[in-house]
Amino acid sequence: MVERTPILNFFTHLILFVGFVFCVAPFVIVAIAASHNLKDVNDVPMSLLPGSDFWVNIRTAWTTADLGPKLLNSFIMAFGVAAGKVIISALTAFSIVYFRYPGRMLMFWLIFITLMLPLEVRIVPTYAVVANVLEPYQAIMDLTGLSWLIEKVSGVQVSLSLGLLNSYSGLILPLVATATGTFLYRQFFLTVPDELTEAARMDGAGALRFFVDILLPLSRNNMAALGTIMFLWAWNQYLWPLLITTDQSHAMAVTELKQLIPNVGGAPEWHIAMAGTLIVMLPPLIVVVLMQRWFVRGLIATEK
Amino acid sequence: MASIAIRGVKKNYAKTQVVHGVDLDFASGEFVVILGPSGCGKSTLLRMIAGLEEISDGTIAIDGTVVNKLEPRERGCAMVFQNYALYPHMSVAQNIGYSLKVAGVPSAERAQRVQAVARVLELEHLLDRKPMALSGGQRQRVAMGRAMIREPKVFLFDEPLSNLDAKLRVQMRSEIRKLHRRLSATSVFVTHDQVEAMTLADRLVVMNGGRVEQVGTPAEVYSRPASRFVATFVGAPAMNMLEGTVTLDGLSLLGGSRKLNVSRTGVPVGAKVAVGIRPEAVRMVAPGTPGALAATVDLIEELGAGRAVYVDLDGAPFSVVTSEIVHSEPGSTIGLQFAEADLHFFSSETGGRLDVFKASVPEPVL
Repeated sequence: MVERTPILNFFTHLILFVGFVFCVAPFVIVAIAASHNLKDVNDVPMSLLPGSDFWVNIRTAWTTADLGPKLLNSFIMAFGVAAGKVIISALTAFSIVYFRYPGRMLMFWLIFITLMLPLEVRIVPTYAVVANVLEPYQAIMDLTGLSWLIEKVSGVQVSLSLGLLNSYSGLILPLVATATGTFLYRQFFLTVPDELTEAARMDGAGALRFFVDILLPLSRNNMAALGTIMFLWAWNQYLWPLLITTDQSHAMAVTELKQLIPNVGGAPEWHIAMAGTLIVMLPPLIVVVLMQRWFVRGLIATEK
Repeated sequence: MASIAIRGVKKNYAKTQVVHGVDLDFASGEFVVILGPSGCGKSTLLRMIAGLEEISDGTIAIDGTVVNKLEPRERGCAMVFQNYALYPHMSVAQNIGYSLKVAGVPSAERAQRVQAVARVLELEHLLDRKPMALSGGQRQRVAMGRAMIREPKVFLFDEPLSNLDAKLRVQMRSEIRKLHRRLSATSVFVTHDQVEAMTLADRLVVMNGGRVEQVGTPAEVYSRPASRFVATFVGAPAMNMLEGTVTLDGLSLLGGSRKLNVSRTGVPVGAKVAVGIRPEAVRMVAPGTPGALAATVDLIEELGAGRAVYVDLDGAPFSVVTSEIVHSEPGSTIGLQFAEADLHFFSSETGGRLDVFKASVPEPVL
């Protein structure tokens, strides 16, 4: 398959270069726009030579949208989702691959089905649950007449309530509970030789010990890959944070970017909006750059 | 040091039975080799002793304690796996010391015991390496160190040498033997390689199709195979088998072209039997020598120390191993001679050994 001729080399590089330009051009334009002043950014066509107001715009964007705490919020949420996903996926995959128990396949398919029900599809019921986590239990008790019984016997009216709106747990938990990571881990665990499991059993290691001492260290690359993907995915969440955070103290950086977009009738301050975009883009970029090596290793099969 | 008693052990996978009732006793300190072709249930039996496979029926007792329901770690067995099964992310020292770590042995004592084991196995200079940076033989030694450090009552070996090259295999074989002499722990070694089995075993268990065919010292198994399977499985080239039928005055062989004067007791006329003779027990003589069978040479294999001669005996393939120089060319006729005492008789129906014949040398029918 690998042919090397100068002409072919030239064309492959040309194609790569065109692709690269397509990918990078929007970012370059954003960066250039962020360096113009109000007048230059609204010129038609906009000058593609960088202006001189870059740092001024960055500072303005930072203060106008109050990005400091928002970035922190975003970071907490994205980190929480990534960590939660990594842990939950590893545990569920461990259970599915290494244990034989009744209902195992049922569990497997239940988890599988969540792949077909992303958050956007079940957003209304999820919102209802987050608004009062105990609501389903209340409903069960009401339906079975249990709450009626308790009220008759003790005179206490049962009304369970635990709201997670405007909280980090409310932001994080619904995003953690999906199946993608479970499958990544499952595929990896299936490649771990059975003899390793048996050797650990002969060495006296119980299930949890095996998981912590053998499986987790072996799946470091997978963890890095999954963690990176999930961090980016959670960072870029828009609909869910928008829906459940009404309180400014829990607002996310990505949703708050809206504040920088010029309103109808306001000054067309696109340079500020672009500067804000650059700031919000930066943390995921740093994460990808830092994790890149592990990330790639985790996604391309196992090392020998 | 522990004895193992296996009583009526069976193993079923769903509806198929792979081990059909095995009864065995291994004495304390004995080196037992279980030999058999792949799929004969030998590894399954070993894994049942280890506790890695559930026992479907029967009992296994180690030192008088029935261990059916015990976890592997509670049985006092250590196992060496075919693919070594070293933990790839741990150094050699960590690999060897892992079972002690799990058992909660303090790290100072652990390091000391790892050192001691490493010294015995000559692994001291490799303790910080990862398994990936080791050669096959070194990995094998680490796997043995991991088993040794627990000072187990029983060592279990699951074809541990089959991934090594021929030279290393011979070397590891003698190392295992030396190690056993030194530790004198009861050892059970599973293999499909008869040379390994013959050289290592105090006692040899030959299995086939989920059943034990024969138990005995390697010499016994070689010289008095209990069944046709054992006769052809142990020894290379395999024992020659000539099909025959019991007649009134003896045995008719090779579809009637030869007959063998045997006296028999308790075998009915017309019964089918197989007569076996080891290639090493056959002598080649000049064609026409009185009492010799004439055969045509097909192929001569040079073995260095000897020669394997494949001949055609009235259409049946027959092999001879001789240490003498063979002057015959393929296609030429030679004479074959053997002693009555070297003949083995097996029932063609059950494959079992028949000791009811007294044989004399076969004569050509005139």
